[in-house]
Amino acid sequence: MAHDSSDRGFDLKAMLRDERFWKIAFQVITLVVVILLLSFFLGNLNRNMIQQGKTFGFGFLRNPAGFSIGESAIKYRPNDPYWRALGVGLGNTLTLVTAGIALTTLVGVAAGIASFSKNWLLYKISRAYVGLVRNIPLLLQLFFWYFAIYGTLPKPENQIHFFDLAYFNNRGVYIPWPGTAVLALLGIAALGVGAIAAYYLWRWRTNIRIDRGTGGLPQTLALASLGLGLLLFLTLGMKWTIPHGVEGGGVTGGLRLSREYVAALSALVFYTSAFVAEIVRAGIQSVTKGQWEAARSLGLQPGLVMRLVVFPQAMRVIIPPMNSEYMNLTKNSSLAFAIAFPEIYSVATTTYNQTGRPVEVFLILMATYLILCLIITLVMNQLNRAVQFKER
Amino acid sequence: MRKLGLLAAALGLTLAACGGTTTTATTGGEGTTAPVAGKSRLNVVKERGKLICGVDGGIPGFSFVDESGKYSGLDVDVCKAVAAAVLGDPEAVEYRRLDSTERFTALAGGEVDMLSRNTTWTINRDTQVGLEFAPTTFYDGQGMMVRKNSGIDGLEDFEGKAVCVETGTTTELNLTDQMRKLGVNFEPVVFQDADAAYAAYDEGRCEGMTSDKSQLVARRSTLPNPDDHILLEVTMSKEPLGPVTVNNDSAWYDVVKWVTFGLFQAEEFGITSANIDTFKGSNDPNIARFLGEEGTLGTDMGLNNDFMYAVVKNVGNYGEIYDRNVGADSQFKLERGQNALWTDGGLMYAPPFR
Repeated sequence: MAHDSSDRGFDLKAMLRDERFWKIAFQVITLVVVILLLSFFLGNLNRNMIQQGKTFGFGFLRNPAGFSIGESAIKYRPNDPYWRALGVGLGNTLTLVTAGIALTTLVGVAAGIASFSKNWLLYKISRAYVGLVRNIPLLLQLFFWYFAIYGTLPKPENQIHFFDLAYFNNRGVYIPWPGTAVLALLGIAALGVGAIAAYYLWRWRTNIRIDRGTGGLPQTLALASLGLGLLLFLTLGMKWTIPHGVEGGGVTGGLRLSREYVAALSALVFYTSAFVAEIVRAGIQSVTKGQWEAARSLGLQPGLVMRLVVFPQAMRVIIPPMNSEYMNLTKNSSLAFAIAFPEIYSVATTTYNQTGRPVEVFLILMATYLILCLIITLVMNQLNRAVQFKER
Repeated sequence: MRKLGLLAAALGLTLAACGGTTTTATTGGEGTTAPVAGKSRLNVVKERGKLICGVDGGIPGFSFVDESGKYSGLDVDVCKAVAAAVLGDPEAVEYRRLDSTERFTALAGGEVDMLSRNTTWTINRDTQVGLEFAPTTFYDGQGMMVRKNSGIDGLEDFEGKAVCVETGTTTELNLTDQMRKLGVNFEPVVFQDADAAYAAYDEGRCEGMTSDKSQLVARRSTLPNPDDHILLEVTMSKEPLGPVTVNNDSAWYDVVKWVTFGLFQAEEFGITSANIDTFKGSNDPNIARFLGEEGTLGTDMGLNNDFMYAVVKNVGNYGEIYDRNVGADSQFKLERGQNALWTDGGLMYAPPFR
């Protein structure tokens, strides 16, 4: 009896009940849907392109672009090819996004922690900031920063300055900057490596002091010399150029951050930070009350409670959603195009408009943002792994 | 099982998302406004009973929306003329405001039937972008607006200075060409939106604002202190502006082309919206053909034979349109100049209606 159904060969009911059949069937259905959708869209694309007498191809990227770009991280002249123009756009996007992510982390975490402050004013400011900024569209905020904040700075003739170190006018912001781009990168790298080295030295010193109750002098000395070395390198080794106001308006020397750039950066940072602040707040709240109480009963000061006990545990909750905030910032950077910052979307728009190749240009754009977001995800996943509970 | 279902759903979603973007990039393939292979736009417009015309909507004198939401201007009147010719009703137009980067994709995707939006005729747009250019309705040149007290007399003075410009325009390219020729290093500040560009110029982000001269004059009138700004005595380029249709649709292109020519021809004949009825039953065979009383010029094109009657009666001839919107009867008082009829030393010339 048990072999009845299989003996009779094909049995529909038994097959429909068989999980293995459904596993395969779902795969097949998915595949068919995928192929149908793809062929529909590709066929539609093909039909439209034939109708307009166009052929798909990326050869146009080698043609000279012919338009100029306001600012660029790499060398660019108007008769360079389109691919280089797009490269300039990508460079501008990257400068905006990297600075944006770094500053967003600082501002967002600070605002998030401030919402736990016992200081009434600090607490209220943090809450008001989040409430206000989160509820206004980013595009409006971009225009606000561009026209209402940086647009009201004085003209170059009456520019204002900060102890002759930084200059502000309605063209942009001028700050001290290392003499060459290579030095600037070196400086940033040195800071990063120094910070990591200092962290491990500090941990080593703490461990020794916990174990023996004393000592750790060599480590303290190493830390001090590391700091001194970094300080010397950063002050003397960077060939700093300082902006100088010119009689009658204008600035020479230093690094000019165009008004478009600072406005885009400010808007992106303050917008995204509001979300980050909420994520940080949620992360801190997810740490149980017992942890706070336990830390306080050990006699830790409030600052140390946060730094040593609560925040490290909150990180587990904070990091995953931070990933999507960083990706949002990256994608939102394309809105900077509305206030004339020549990032990649802006350059791509000009490119497809001049060449009449929206499909190809949009494919390039989509691939670019996809790759940027994947890189962010990769880094954040590594970070996430590092802060998870280690089962021992 | 559940995992598989989720996977299928996720795949479907991603695909839908990808597909969504692809279709926007190729600007659609469905809906009533999409081009149907083998079917002319002319039939689409007739069936719809309405012309969808892409305009700028922000340039006084060319296409401008007033407080009551009504469109007016030279470009708008061209839309009205085509609607009058095809549908017999100059008001059977739906206007779509397009910015300079949207316009070609909107046209190619069939979102609009035609553009009447200060579009410069260039060989690249004609051959590579896939457009057909109807006769030029306004011969313009690129100019530069500066503040009166800026001390700038010519393009050479722009070394290290900023110029605001609208993206996706020929002006953006011409500006670069001119400055390259002069070896002047300037800073372009490129806006997607003309309103933002003029706002930035007005509050001092840029020393100069460049665009077609007619547009600069028109826009200057909307600035807070129009008298503080002057146009430099420099013409950077030829800017022939006119209506545009999409490639590979001769029947529709012919209609737009000949309605535009008809506007010039009516002026040449001296036919205006006021006196057109006195030309009825004219002994002049040229006029009789033009107004559809003889021959089959209109029906050959798929229109009513008296399509030009409907156009001129409702919209007027080119001279009337010009004077009303940008010429003597408008606030701008632009000279006819190159835009006069060829018989008056201008460039407006229509091939014979026969």
